[in-house]
Amino acid sequence: MSEYINLLIGIAMGLNLLALGSSRLPTLIMAVALQGMALGLMPLLMETEADWRLVLVALATVAGKGLLIPTLLRKAMRAAHIDREVEPFIGFVPSLLLGAGGTIAAVALARSLPLLPEHSGSLLVPGSLASVFTGFVLLIGRAKAISQVCGYLILENGIYLFGLLLIHYTPLMVEAGILLDVTVGVFIIGIIVDRIQRAFDSLDTRKLTALRE
Amino acid sequence: MKELLLILVPLAGAALAAAWPNNRTRPWLLPAVCAGHVGLSFWLLVAPPAVAPNAWFAFDPLARAVLPAVSLLFLVCGAYGVAYLRLRSERPNRVFVASLLAVLGLISAGHMARHLGLLWIATEGVTLAAVPLLHFNGTPRAFEATWKYLLVGGTGIALSLLGSFCLGYASLHGGGGGDLTFSALTAQGLHLSQPWVKTAWVLLLIGYGTKMGLAPMHTWKPDAYGEAPGIVGAILAGGVTTVAFTAILRVRGVVTAAGLGPIADRTLLAIGLFSMLVAALMLLGTRDFKRMLAYSSVEHMGILCIGAALGRAGLWAALFHVWSNCLTKGSLFMSAGNLRRAAGGRTMDEVRGMAVLAPRSAALFVAGMFAVTACPPFGPFFSELRIVRAAFETGHSGAMALFLFCLLLAFFGLTRLVFAIVDGRPRQAARAVRRQFPETLGIILPPLVLLGFSLWLGLHPPEVLQNAWTAVADQFIPLP
Amino acid sequence: MSLRLILDLIARLALWLLLAPLLPGIINKVKAWVAGRRGPPVLQLYYDLARLWQKHAVLSTLASPGFVIGPAVAWVALAGAALLMPLGPAGSALSFRGDMLLLIYLLALARFCTAWAAMETGSAFEGMGAAREVSFAVLAEATLITALLALCVQTESTSLVTMLAPAAGAGAVLLAAGLFTVLLAENCRVPFDDPNTHLELTMIHEAMVLDHSGPPLAVILHGAALKLLLFSLFLTEAVLPLGQLSTLAATGALVGGVLAVTVGVGLVESLLARLAFRRVPLLLTTAFLLCLFALLMAWKGGAE
Repeated sequence: MSEYINLLIGIAMGLNLLALGSSRLPTLIMAVALQGMALGLMPLLMETEADWRLVLVALATVAGKGLLIPTLLRKAMRAAHIDREVEPFIGFVPSLLLGAGGTIAAVALARSLPLLPEHSGSLLVPGSLASVFTGFVLLIGRAKAISQVCGYLILENGIYLFGLLLIHYTPLMVEAGILLDVTVGVFIIGIIVDRIQRAFDSLDTRKLTALRE
Repeated sequence: MKELLLILVPLAGAALAAAWPNNRTRPWLLPAVCAGHVGLSFWLLVAPPAVAPNAWFAFDPLARAVLPAVSLLFLVCGAYGVAYLRLRSERPNRVFVASLLAVLGLISAGHMARHLGLLWIATEGVTLAAVPLLHFNGTPRAFEATWKYLLVGGTGIALSLLGSFCLGYASLHGGGGGDLTFSALTAQGLHLSQPWVKTAWVLLLIGYGTKMGLAPMHTWKPDAYGEAPGIVGAILAGGVTTVAFTAILRVRGVVTAAGLGPIADRTLLAIGLFSMLVAALMLLGTRDFKRMLAYSSVEHMGILCIGAALGRAGLWAALFHVWSNCLTKGSLFMSAGNLRRAAGGRTMDEVRGMAVLAPRSAALFVAGMFAVTACPPFGPFFSELRIVRAAFETGHSGAMALFLFCLLLAFFGLTRLVFAIVDGRPRQAARAVRRQFPETLGIILPPLVLLGFSLWLGLHPPEVLQNAWTAVADQFIPLP
Repeated sequence: MSLRLILDLIARLALWLLLAPLLPGIINKVKAWVAGRRGPPVLQLYYDLARLWQKHAVLSTLASPGFVIGPAVAWVALAGAALLMPLGPAGSALSFRGDMLLLIYLLALARFCTAWAAMETGSAFEGMGAAREVSFAVLAEATLITALLALCVQTESTSLVTMLAPAAGAGAVLLAAGLFTVLLAENCRVPFDDPNTHLELTMIHEAMVLDHSGPPLAVILHGAALKLLLFSLFLTEAVLPLGQLSTLAATGALVGGVLAVTVGVGLVESLLARLAFRRVPLLLTTAFLLCLFALLMAWKGGAE
């Protein structure tokens, strides 16, 4: 059981690097979508007996993170006629190296934190920290609003991964509330992206520089 | 169960506002709902209800000590909002009114949340509900500010979720059964896993600190406050930030129970002083009087953190400062909004002679400036004085030297900018401006009332409030 | 005993030298097959080598003897590296502790000599080609060294025979992907370089050998074929657990693996376009990271 989860987390970590190294928006969005789906499946693997509420949350996660949000992003990309190159502030090679360094640091950091016996040997903590770090690099290092949203989603995925450590203990209501908040957050981001596009005729956040000291 | 009405009434009001058909009468919902909220919260302040230890929402000492201030601020902002939205009657206000009321409901939920997860949900809800308020003006600059607010705020809130999970895991690792209410976590005390508590503290401080606007996570603040309408600035600076502050206080309670109190105090003191320093330096440089208010807010958030780090007396003074900052800053934001409309500009290069163009608002603005820079006899002077005293009692004289130096710098920065726009010969014809933007009672009275409250708070803080603050100090730092 | 060793070495050398030119032929055949052509015969490189060997070398008056010595030394270095490689069940003729280091250095020596010979011509194109070759090599070599380190850590040995016998463990997939990329880069295949290009400005490896002719060119071409075989063999042996199979199965797996890699190269070459130069470092960095993670996994696996 644990091997499957670790395999999925390994895939998610690989997708982090793909997201950092990809130079085209559709690839980036695809990486985010695949990662969301991989994460959505995990609660099902962690549970020995299938609880219908758990299945519901898992399905909602897969549908939301894997299908709905990427579709919205693709639609926004197409509607805005933005060209598909990802424009980096931090180049692809430096971001890849940063991501790899972050992943290694995450593994090292995760080792220094004590884990419950049932979680030892699991990649949940390093995978989570690595995704959070990847999300940060994308948020800081990319110029287009959509790539920044992708970075934010990867960051959220990392946190979701960490939340899985607590899945047996936290009330499902809280998990559902968190999922709802994230979805609403992305919707609002989507609306703002749309408005920015209309106001600036571009989704390049480098144009958002009127406000500064 | 009465306390739940504090959450439900504004949310119901928000739903009503969303369904209300008339654009002209809708703003009256703001003062109506807020008046109900104020009545309820002050009733609960005077007659505090019993708190079930494992309740998820409760009007506990901390909520009692802070929430009425926010409630009062909202009422005055609501009254101002009626006049303001009449001036802006060309824009539909359905989303604005509904969001404002939703923010009030969610802020109440955040103040009363005693569960780690619910606290996060409420804070995230406040962040998201405030988005439509920020881009009410619909200008490209407003969208830019909103985008930065969303990205920085969203990241901060994501980190606080990660921190909440870490704290949950600390409890789990210490043998907890997954009860994430603050009382259960505090009861676990030294059994919590310390490495996880430390990680959680760092992440939660950064996360909620972003919401509060502590440097260096303050970057969204000048943009958001600069572009949003005045009442939104008042609500963000006086209401939303206090939710994050109470969140940090609640988490600090758990961290202290886990035996890491000194670390928490040191980090709070350091981040507070850093925020003050950054804000003071930015205040010396900025030329925009709305952004000036944002940096002043960063400074006051730093003061809150410093107060919270200075033991029992410091915590008491910090809660006092929450009130005085909330009321003073609210008044300042509203008078700044009046000036902004009358002047048609926001920087000291474009604006001058406001004392001629809008004499009443300018007078209020100057008085508010003196209040916020801690001149006697307003509230902030007394709360900051108590913080200084608490610091000398606990032997933090070096930190206090920096604290006072930053206050001095901030005073220079604020007076420089304020007098630059108030004094001088106006650029526009005074009569035309006065006819176009008359200083009606609706936009003068609310800031005046708030300033009056601030004055009252400074001269004679009511007994019941002092008791409420003492109750919080008792809860977090019991007398030995 | 020593006579047997010498005979063994000669037999291996003959096998390497004779089989190596087969691989480019197979690649070309695969490419032709994908494109729906008949393509050149599989043995084409043998004919080319024989033809070149009979020709005279044209020497520039500017060139020092390094122009001829370079390819010769490079070829000898590659042949030596080939002899260090274990041949699956047949093991290695020359095996000692740390021979992987010698392998790395021999490959570097070969590259140095090729670049040296290219610079000897004094032509701008050769210089450009050499510069590109060595700048990509910096990344490719780092990847190769990391891959070898991963294998070292995995097997706790620095001798190629023991390192390559077991499978690469958990990181095998990562290692295979990383090494395949290195193979493509080191042997100047698509997507790093196009061996069929006719435009000097876009060449990397080909630009270095523009001015070579006759026997030196034959030696260079043969050396390149040797290197391709060496890398395919290395990749196959690193990933497949040859040491745990019977002799027959291991031989079969080895031959099959090398063929599969060769066909893979042909398919990649037919299906992918060449990368823009500025994208090359990204791909090589990715390969490096893949091998780095394989190394980490080997490390972590060893610690537990």
